[in-house]
Amino acid sequence: MHIVDRRLNPGGKSLVNRQRFLRRAKALVQQAVRDSLKDRSIKDLETEGEVTIPRDEVHEPSFRRGSSGGNREHILPGNKEYLQGDEIERPPSGGEGAGGHQGEGDDEFRFVLSREEFLDLFLDDLELPELAKKKLTSGEAEGVRQAGYSTSGSPSALSITRTMRNSMSRRIALKRPRGEEMAKIEAEIARLEALPGDHSDAIAKLREELERLERRRKLITYVDPIDLRYRRFEPTPKPISQAVMFCLMDVSGSMTEHMKDLAKRFYALLHLFLKRCYRHVEVVFIRHTDRAEEVDEETFFYSRETGGTLVSTALEKMLQVMKDRYSPNDWNIYVAQASDGDNMPSDTAKTIALMADEIMPVAQYVAYLEVGREEDPMMSMGGPLMRASDLWRSYGQIDGQNGKFVMRKVHHRREIYPVFRELFAKRGLAAGRGKS
Amino acid sequence: MSKLATKPLYEGSDWNFDTIQRIYDTVEQVAHEELDLNTYPNQIEVITAEQMLDAYSSTGMPLLYNHWSFGKQFLTNELMYRKGQRGLAYELVINSDPCINYIMEENSATMQTLVLAHAAFGHNHFFKNNYLFQQWTDAEGILDYLEFAKRYIAQCEERYGQIQVERLLDAAHALNRQGVHRYPRGQARDLKAEMARENERHAQRERDYNDLYRTLPKGKAKAADAAVSERAAALGLPQENVLYFLEKSAPRLAPWQREILRITRVLAQYFYPQGQTKVMNEGAACYVHYRIMTALHERGHITEGSFLEFLTSHTNVVSQPMFDSGRYGGLNPYWVGYNMMQDIAQVCTAPTEEDRLWFPDIAGGGDVEGTLKHIWANYRDESFVSQFLSPRLMRHWRLFKLDDHEKVDHIKVDAIHDERGYRELRRGLARQYDISWQEPDIQIVDVDLAGDRTLMLEHHVTNGVLLAEKDAGRVVQHLADLWGYEVVLAEIEPEGGSTLKEHKARPRASGPRLAEG
Repeated sequence: MHIVDRRLNPGGKSLVNRQRFLRRAKALVQQAVRDSLKDRSIKDLETEGEVTIPRDEVHEPSFRRGSSGGNREHILPGNKEYLQGDEIERPPSGGEGAGGHQGEGDDEFRFVLSREEFLDLFLDDLELPELAKKKLTSGEAEGVRQAGYSTSGSPSALSITRTMRNSMSRRIALKRPRGEEMAKIEAEIARLEALPGDHSDAIAKLREELERLERRRKLITYVDPIDLRYRRFEPTPKPISQAVMFCLMDVSGSMTEHMKDLAKRFYALLHLFLKRCYRHVEVVFIRHTDRAEEVDEETFFYSRETGGTLVSTALEKMLQVMKDRYSPNDWNIYVAQASDGDNMPSDTAKTIALMADEIMPVAQYVAYLEVGREEDPMMSMGGPLMRASDLWRSYGQIDGQNGKFVMRKVHHRREIYPVFRELFAKRGLAAGRGKS
Repeated sequence: MSKLATKPLYEGSDWNFDTIQRIYDTVEQVAHEELDLNTYPNQIEVITAEQMLDAYSSTGMPLLYNHWSFGKQFLTNELMYRKGQRGLAYELVINSDPCINYIMEENSATMQTLVLAHAAFGHNHFFKNNYLFQQWTDAEGILDYLEFAKRYIAQCEERYGQIQVERLLDAAHALNRQGVHRYPRGQARDLKAEMARENERHAQRERDYNDLYRTLPKGKAKAADAAVSERAAALGLPQENVLYFLEKSAPRLAPWQREILRITRVLAQYFYPQGQTKVMNEGAACYVHYRIMTALHERGHITEGSFLEFLTSHTNVVSQPMFDSGRYGGLNPYWVGYNMMQDIAQVCTAPTEEDRLWFPDIAGGGDVEGTLKHIWANYRDESFVSQFLSPRLMRHWRLFKLDDHEKVDHIKVDAIHDERGYRELRRGLARQYDISWQEPDIQIVDVDLAGDRTLMLEHHVTNGVLLAEKDAGRVVQHLADLWGYEVVLAEIEPEGGSTLKEHKARPRASGPRLAEG
């Protein structure tokens, strides 16, 4: 009897099959994942969760008898009152206890997706525009790669092939007697011994030879410490791409809670997405009224300010922060601005100039999200009648720089995700759709 | 009774590998000396709960090719396990030589003892000795075969693409149940034997020759009939092993596709005996573990506490909710099997008058182990129940039989546990375990070779129960994809031969065909 401890074997043997299942049901699972977004708050977007898809699509059919019709018999335990010949009312559905197939009646297939699977499906077919700058940061060396062989190392890194190759060439070079040679001499001795007559001389000679060979064999070992070769690994610095995301938001009195909530959802999605693409993602929150300041997340979303609206102050602040901490040479810069569109008319020229001349050249991507009231009376009347906001009109002039600058309007939380997807849909797909 | 052990094998619930070794040795001693079991050598593998979940979803096999359906299985089990709807098995045993036993690290020492007695000796003995397993499975070769299958299918995926292979496996899995030989095939005769047979036949014809036969009026010989029977002989029809037929005769499959069909077929055949011996297999294993644990307790190898722990879990395993308890989900094979084994032991040692009447061969024979071992070796569930279910058990279980006829408004109580009902109950229960009664009888009957190569199948309907329609349609579609031409499945009423329903399908363009050109 053997006892084998398999506990340390790598787990996740079913991982491949699990992935294949997800691939097969991808469309459905993706649908389910996106649907589930409605029920999730932006905060627990990243946790694992149960999803449900129609069972029919992943059903494995087989020839089996139907569960209704025909004549059936059932043997059951636990009779209390029935006598032979008794008649029992048929249960309404016609389904008898023993008749149903377990689980088959259930129309839905439920299972748990891990966090990674969830995110993958959720953000699938999105890509970052202008994923250009990658900076090799010093100090953060990580990862090992194989780098030749060495004569010392841990036993687990022993390279059998190399070692044996060395051993063989050494054995050949030093003429280590081979097993066959010895066997041949032994056979010869045996043959001579078996022969009639006196061959003692020859036998003695052979024995001597055999002894010599054996001594030599002992001296020249099969595998010698000098043969040993170990695989050598050396740490390699890996390029680490990093990104900073500037969240700019107008927090003046005209921004309602609803608008802030919309903006927050957009930022959360963007952050999630950036985190998946970059190892390091830093977020800078800049809020502004008629003056701008850098704040923490809590303050950014939840504290109220009063004052006028000067968008250029936020842009200035951002440029300053960028200069202080995030050199465009080292960082991929993403800007997401949310506003209700108000701006002092006098500020327009400055805003455009800052955006077009100072920010656009260094930023990877700038998204302007104009958030509106949930029930916008103008909205229902259609586009042409709607008066474009000040900021919208001014930004309109710089729109279209190679897709680096985009602006969208959002009124309801259900629009956030579609807009987000639209912005980051894979280029190839988007282009294809545009052409057709 | 042998002398009491001075010290129990273990105290408390902790164990280590030495404990397992000690437990195994003691259990082995009891199993071989007292029960005289004949087992394959064992290999015990300790695994974690996560690994047990993995093993679950690959039908318990240690290695299996990749397919999405196993992933689906895994996700189902995982959810149930996480929600606590289902616990995990304490062990998993594989019919191989050496016999592989997986035991979970979470088990207490008592559970490990129980599991070793149950699986490493109970199931192991059954696997090695039962005629169905001997006839249909190759315990020595299975692990190597699985490895070959996994590698082969992986290679096919590399060469022909995952999607192609997946489609093929989908189709093959759908036909899995129609992929077993139910009867051992006759050996192909060599030329010499064939000649001898022909000569004998000829001689017989000469002996039987009577000139008067010449005068009998002859009907017109049907040329068509002759053609049909010739074709049937050439193709080996009728054939109930659909996968086998496709592997050998489907015109448009590539060699690798045939090999994959063969792999699924071989695995289906390997599992075929297990479906037919569930009650006996579990019954035997439960009986063995009960005997061994009791013996260990009597000899002082295990403490009172752990014996009590064993009894609790044993009782849970062999429990059966009654039909009206709300928890009824069919008969528990552990319960049926274990109770029948105990009952047979009683018939052997302390028979009643009734037992003598019903089981004259074994009643009062005294040789419990010998009788049981004979039964374990030579029966399957259906024959076991129809031979050995005693009136005492039927009374004890308060069995009754319901007849549910489509055309009658009420369900009729056909038999209860009384003198008039015993045989009917026993016959009915045996049928529930009869695979040829439970599985639909589907056969390939003909191929339209002269016409459009339509493959014709028949389902011989029993008791008017048709195939589940949606599923049948899908499987026929898979079948058509494999066959490469149209497929027709007719559901035939056995009395009168009228067709009740027909399922037809044409191959999909994107089906698993690949072998064009």
